[in-house]
Order: sequence, then C-alpha cells, then structure tokens
Amino acid sequence: MKWLPTIARLALLALLVAFVTSPGWFEPLLKPLTENNAPAIYNQGSLLTLTLLHLRTVAIATLAAIVVAVGLAILVTRPFGAEFLPLSRSLVNIGQTFPPVAVLALAVPAVGFGEKPTLIALFLYGLLPIFENALTGLTTLPANVVEAARGAGMTPAQRLVKVELPLALPVMLAGVRLSVVISLATATIGSTVAAKTLGEVIIAGLLSNNLAFVLQGGLIVAAIAVLIHDGFLALERMAARRMGRER
Amino acid sequence: MIEIEGITKRYGESTVVDDVSMVIEPRSITVIVGTSGSGKTTLLRMINRLVEPTSGAIRLDGADNRSLPGYELRRSIGYVIQGHGLFPHRTVAENIATVPLLLGWDDERIRARVEELMSLFQLDPGEFSGRYPHELSGGQQQRVGVARALAAGPNVLLMDEPFGALDPIIRNKAQEDLLAIQKRLGTTIVLVTHDMEEAVHMGDRIAVMDGGRLLQYDTPDRILAHPASTFVDTLVGASEKPFRLLSLGRVGDAVEEGPAEGEPIAADASQRDALAELLWSGRPALPVRNANGRLIGKVTVDGLVRRAACPA
Amino acid sequence: MGTRFDKLGAVIAAIAAYACLFAPFATFRANRIVPGEARSMLESLPPAAGWALMAIVTAAALVALLRTPLMLRLGASLAALVALAVLIGVAGSFLTPQDNTYARVSPAHGFWLLVFAFTLLLADVLTRLALSPWARMLTLAGAAACLGLLLASGSWDSLSILREYAGRADSFRAEGGKHLTLALGSLAAAAIVGLPLGILCHRVDALRAGVLNVLNVIQTIPSIALFGLLIAPLGWIAAHVPGAAALGIRGIGTAPAFLALFLYSLLPVVANTVVGLAGVPRAANDAARGMGMTGRQRLLRVELPLALPVILTGIRIVLVQNIGLATIAALIGGGGFGVFVFQGIGQMAMDLVLLGALPTVALAFAAAIVLDAVVELTSIRKSEVPS
Repeated sequence: MKWLPTIARLALLALLVAFVTSPGWFEPLLKPLTENNAPAIYNQGSLLTLTLLHLRTVAIATLAAIVVAVGLAILVTRPFGAEFLPLSRSLVNIGQTFPPVAVLALAVPAVGFGEKPTLIALFLYGLLPIFENALTGLTTLPANVVEAARGAGMTPAQRLVKVELPLALPVMLAGVRLSVVISLATATIGSTVAAKTLGEVIIAGLLSNNLAFVLQGGLIVAAIAVLIHDGFLALERMAARRMGRER
Repeated sequence: MIEIEGITKRYGESTVVDDVSMVIEPRSITVIVGTSGSGKTTLLRMINRLVEPTSGAIRLDGADNRSLPGYELRRSIGYVIQGHGLFPHRTVAENIATVPLLLGWDDERIRARVEELMSLFQLDPGEFSGRYPHELSGGQQQRVGVARALAAGPNVLLMDEPFGALDPIIRNKAQEDLLAIQKRLGTTIVLVTHDMEEAVHMGDRIAVMDGGRLLQYDTPDRILAHPASTFVDTLVGASEKPFRLLSLGRVGDAVEEGPAEGEPIAADASQRDALAELLWSGRPALPVRNANGRLIGKVTVDGLVRRAACPA
Repeated sequence: MGTRFDKLGAVIAAIAAYACLFAPFATFRANRIVPGEARSMLESLPPAAGWALMAIVTAAALVALLRTPLMLRLGASLAALVALAVLIGVAGSFLTPQDNTYARVSPAHGFWLLVFAFTLLLADVLTRLALSPWARMLTLAGAAACLGLLLASGSWDSLSILREYAGRADSFRAEGGKHLTLALGSLAAAAIVGLPLGILCHRVDALRAGVLNVLNVIQTIPSIALFGLLIAPLGWIAAHVPGAAALGIRGIGTAPAFLALFLYSLLPVVANTVVGLAGVPRAANDAARGMGMTGRQRLLRVELPLALPVILTGIRIVLVQNIGLATIAALIGGGGFGVFVFQGIGQMAMDLVLLGALPTVALAFAAAIVLDAVVELTSIRKSEVPS
C-alpha cells in the first residue's frame, strides 16, 4: 500500500500531460457540461501554451521572490542588519494581510496591463511566506551547532554557507512550497488584467457561461498545484530526514 | 603552554570574569570547575576568542592569541562543547573533516586522517563514516565530537562540559578513553565542568572559580586537603573528601607485605574502589595482583583509612 | 561617526528625499480617462502649505536619520503622516479648477512613497514599543477615528478616488455590506462546521488524514475556478429543489461565492483545531482523567480552552483570507468590493480600482490586528498558569 500514493501521483501527472497536449481526447467527457452546442475544449488558444506560460510566470516570480526574500532574511540575521529584524517581522505580518487581488489591482496603475502586474503581485505575495520561513529557519538553528561551527574556526561567510543555510533548508523549502501553491492559484486572477495564464480559460468560461471551460482551467491548475505541492513535500522530507528531524 | 594574564570580561555593568591569571602547563589536563554563572565557560571561550576579553592577555606558547584573526586561531585549537554540536546535515566523516577542509588539506590526507581518528575512537570507518549524527548513540556522538576537535592535530583542546549529556556509565567510559588518548597524543586539555568528582578524576590541576574570580588553582590532592576558602570546601563536599582523596591514588601505591584471602584486586584500580570492595565484602584485607597477574601483596582497610586522613 | 545614524532612518531619509525632490506629489487629469500630468510638491500646494509640508517632512526625516528617543520618533512619524493626509486634500482642491467636475486629482507616487516611508518609521516605533494587545486595538481604533474624521470633514472630497465614491455612495455601501456578509458569514459557517469536524478528526485517527487531504486539495483549486464550478450544482438545486430558489440559492450571485469561501475556510479551521487539540499537554489531559472528568467535561474544560489560541489563529487566517477572496466574488455576480476593482480594470479607471482595493486592504489589516490581539490575550491567560 506504500506505493499507492506514488502511483496515484504518476497517474495524475500522465493525465495532466495527456490533457494539455491532446485535449481532444477528453471532449466526450466535457461535452455534457456545455449548452447550445458550445465548444467543450478551450478554442481560443492552445492549452499547452497557456499552461507553459502560466508555469513560466509563476517560476519567474517565485525565483525573484526566493532571491530577494532569502537575501533579506540573511541580511537581518547578520550583526549588520540585526536592527531591522523586529521591523522586518512586523512588515511581514502586515504584508500578509494584503489580499492578492488587491495587490494585483494596485499594481495595474503602476505598470499597466498584461504580465507585468501579475508578476509584481505574485512576486510581492510570494515574498512573504519565503521570507518568514527563511527567517524562522535562520533564527531557530540549534545553538550548539552554530557554536561548534564558530569554534571550528569558520568565518561568518563559511558558517552561513556550510552550516546555517543547509540547516535552514527544509524550513525554507516549506516557505517556497507555500509561495508556489499560492502563486499558481493567484496567477489565474492575473488573466483579469490580461496576463496569459490558465485564468484566461476560466474567465472565458465564466463570461460565456461555459462550465466545461471553467472546469478544465480549474482542474489543470489544481492538478499542477497538487503535484508541485507533493514534490516539494518529498524534497523537504528528504532534506529533513538527513538531519534526523522527522516531519 | 597557555598563559592567562589579568583577564577580565564585563558585559555592561556585570563582571563575568574578574582579573584571572593562571598558567596552564603543556601536555596536562586542567579542569576549571565552578557553579553555573561562575564565569568558567566565558574564561574558556576567551582562550579561542569566541569571547573577546575586556582587558588582559592570553598567550599560547608565548604568542598573543590576538596575533591571528579569530577564525584562524580557532582552526588551530580543538573545541568540544556540551551536546557535541555535530553538524546534523553532514556525515560522521564530513563532521570530522571540518577543520582539515577549512585548512585546505588535500583529499587523500583528509581521508587518511579521518580513518585514523575513527579507529582511535573505536568507530569502525567502514560502518560509521557514512552515517549521519542522528543515527549514532549518545556515546558515539560524543566520540565523534572529540575526534572532530582533534582532526587537525591541535596542541590545545578546549572542552566545555564534554560529558554533560551522557548517562553515568557511558560517561565513565568516555572519561577513561579521553585520559588514554590524552596520554597518547600529549594534547594540552582545558576542561570546564561543574562536577567536582569529574574534576578530581580528570585533572592534573584544578582551577576553582566563583563569581568570576579564580579562588584556587592547584593539584587535586592539595585542593582536597587545603581548600583556600569555605566555598571551595563546600564545592568539594566535606563528607566526600576522604573518598575523593582515595580515588586519586592507585592500589599499587598502598600495597603492604603479606598474604590475604579472596579474589585479588588489580594494582591499577583506585584505592577508593579497593576500600569499597573491602567494606562490602566485610574482609580486613585483599590480595593485589599486578598487570602480569602476579600477586604482589595485600591492601588493608586500616592502611586505606590512614591514607584517607587529611594530609598534614 | 557611524553610531549616531540610524540605519533604518537612513533608508527612510533617502526615500523621503527622493520623494520630495524628484517624484511627483499629485497627478492632474483634465478628465477621468486621459493620461495625467505630474505635479511636484510645491506645484501641487499653495506656497505656504507647500513649504510647510517640505519643512515637516525634512524635520521628520532628520529625526528618523539620527538616533533619537522613541517618543520623538513616534511624534515625528505621526506629524508627517497627518500633514500628508491633510495636505493631499488641500492639493486636490488647489489643483482642481473652480466648478470643474471633470478634472481629476489623485495622489502620485511621491505622495505614496512619503506615506510608505513614514509608515515604516511608525511601524518600527510601534514594534519597538511592544504594545500590549489592548493598546494595539486602541491604536487601531484611534487610526480609524482619524480616518473617519478626515473623510467626514470633506477635506478629501476633491480627490479622484472620492469623486468616484461620490457617484457611487449607495452602491459602495451596499457592496461593502455584501463583502462583509460574504467574509464573516462564510467564516461563521466554517467555524460551526469546522470545529466539530476538527474535534472529530482529533478523536478518530482514521478520519484525520482523509479529511485533511480533501480540504488540502480544495485549497489548491484556484478561487475563480471554484467560484465558477459551484455555479452549476447550485443552479441545478435552484431549478429542481422546491423552495431552494426562494431561499436565495441561485446558480450565480452570492450563493456560489458564499459556498466557495466556506469551502476555503474549512481547512484552516479544521487543521488548526486538530493541531491545537494535539498540542494539549498529555499531563493536563491525564490529570483531568485522573480527577474523574468525563470525555465531554475534558473537552470543554481542559482541551478546548488550552487549544483556543491555536484555533483562533486558524480563524484569523480564514478571516483575512476571506476578506481578500471575497473580492473575486464580483466575477460571478456575487458582489462585494471586487465589483469596483473589476469595473475599474474594465474601464481602465484606476481610481475606481483603488476605491475597491483600499477598503479591502484596510478591512483585512484591521481584522488581522484585532484577531492577533485576541489570540495574544487568550494565550497570555494560558501562560499564566504555572506549569
């Protein structure tokens, strides 16, 4: 029974790939959801292209968020930036209350329509979980391990790279996971400001009252999110198990 | 040789270490003992400059320990802490190789050194080198911690409550192992503990600290016999003194002429163990055998009791 | 001397200097649609007010830059923020030609940067003051009162966002009400269903993994899709179940939005209930049993009170999340502040977007502060018990 979840995930992945590459096969399944002979498969663009664009948007925003958030977390945990630590914590708390739609909407006046406001919203919203987790990871290191690293004669930079970051890795990965899952869903809202994502399919469905569109758009995003979520969990478990911390 | 000269450490208003001076002989074990908050750990950490002193100087073999950057200094001094502080994300071999890697040794030399140390600490390299710290028992973790500290062959080993996390039986074994390894390598060890029993057992010399001050710095027998203050006396434990004194001597030094009945006791056992055996078995004397198993005489209750009396 | 400067203060002073000298303070547009013209701080205000604001901002930035007492920093940040809030209104009336109802004046990024800089200073001071939960709620109430006063006084009426409001005052109130109903109503429903479900999951091991997994998957479905997917089943119910339509159940509108928010809310409530109950110290539970409490008594008198802070944290997550997600309800005709956001996006009228987005942010922010304070109050009581 242990391999059952793995099989289920592989099947989901296969189904997902099949759907976005050859959606025609699934037309009979979706047809009953349409009315007035409307198309059952999204016909204003390729699902594959939209999926890839969706993933690209999320990937760019998440990578930028990782670089900035981890960089900031490192900065405020060094002696030089320690002054900013309490403030950065409150800013993260405040920032998390900003609804994604509001961030998206507020970005439009600044940069116009299209992919840009979506990237900004995903980036800003993705920063917070990564920063918070990186901060947790870097401030809750086992004290005697850090002490041992100092005692062994590591320079501050060596301590950071060889001890602190590897030890904080599982917690940081959890932050990236949260961030990616939120971004995958939020990116769909980006289509309300004309970003090319899977949200386009859902919104087209809402506008033309075509449930098949809404369903396929939503399910593709959900499947991707579930797979990426589980992939990250597996990575985190691997990293944590090596350190003897069972999760 | 470690020369500590007028070392003081203040944090704001509070003085943690107050004008301590002492000289630690090479190839010896010096134990710094005191209650928590006595400043013993801070004193130790000023030797490898994990803490920078407010005033005073520390010289290692004549060279001021501030003549190198702190991290370079620390690579040349072994350091073992309570709870071992092993890197959980690195294997046993990688943990031991920490300082050699920092020093830029080549791979072959590191590999050979790691294997040598693992054998020295009774850890089979084939079995243990690829394991992670959490896969080891407490005693094994402690040994890896000491091996890691000795990896680059330092002259000086600093130990902060190194046996604190071990249960009593494993602790005794670890103490014996450390004594043997120190004898073999000739490393100068400075060890911090709150346990007077451990101090008397391990130390060539004992430094007693309280409230940041060095109260007494002497050999164990003189600390037991002539405590410099009531605090030292309390720390030693008045009711324990005769037994601690006996624990310093070996049975071989208390042998008397003549035969005795019963199972012989080894000449290198402590006199305290011998007395315990005599009292428990209710006999007045025990035969003594040397390392070759030959009987060399007896040890008696009366003889041991005389030795347990306060030396004049 | 490096020690006499405050590092954060240096950041704040740099932002303030840039915003004062190089960034536009306000934007003027001849009507709602045309591109705006930037106006600097001195161009936007009557000369006396312009120089006064410049002086206040400079003084506050200096207070931030140097190492100064906390109370002085508090005063400086408050003074700067109040001056900015009042004077942006003055700029509105100053830049709008007499009796011109088409012209639009809105704050430009220089203004927003200054607000950001001094909010940063204020946030730093408030963080360092480490206010008690009650003090934080009082501060929030004070800030809300100031905002209400400014709005009521009409000094902001000439700003574009309030011009948008002026034409929609009625629908703003109605949509605001719908927004709150959606967010709070779905939260209440989630709490009523989620708490017992969480307790059940805590007691029945076999149920836990399954329930939590299903709820996890629901969370990964993008909100707009979930909203859309519920249209069909609810439409079917409305058409086929007698009386359902009379209850307000319809395919589009509030019902699917409410249901979607409810489904999203379940996971944090159930998960935190489970985590909170699992975190109850074994000793407390054993002691309760040892004293002869029944299962029910243990739950009500020991387990739930001890788990309360964690459960409330779940409620906080849900409320903040729901206030944000309720904006999306507008896409399926569910109402709420999202109506203005999406209308604004459709008409490219950014002031309208702000009219929807700013109240949402303010509501979420206030909800977070209040619930954080409540969580802290309940956990203080818990930690007072000697262990």
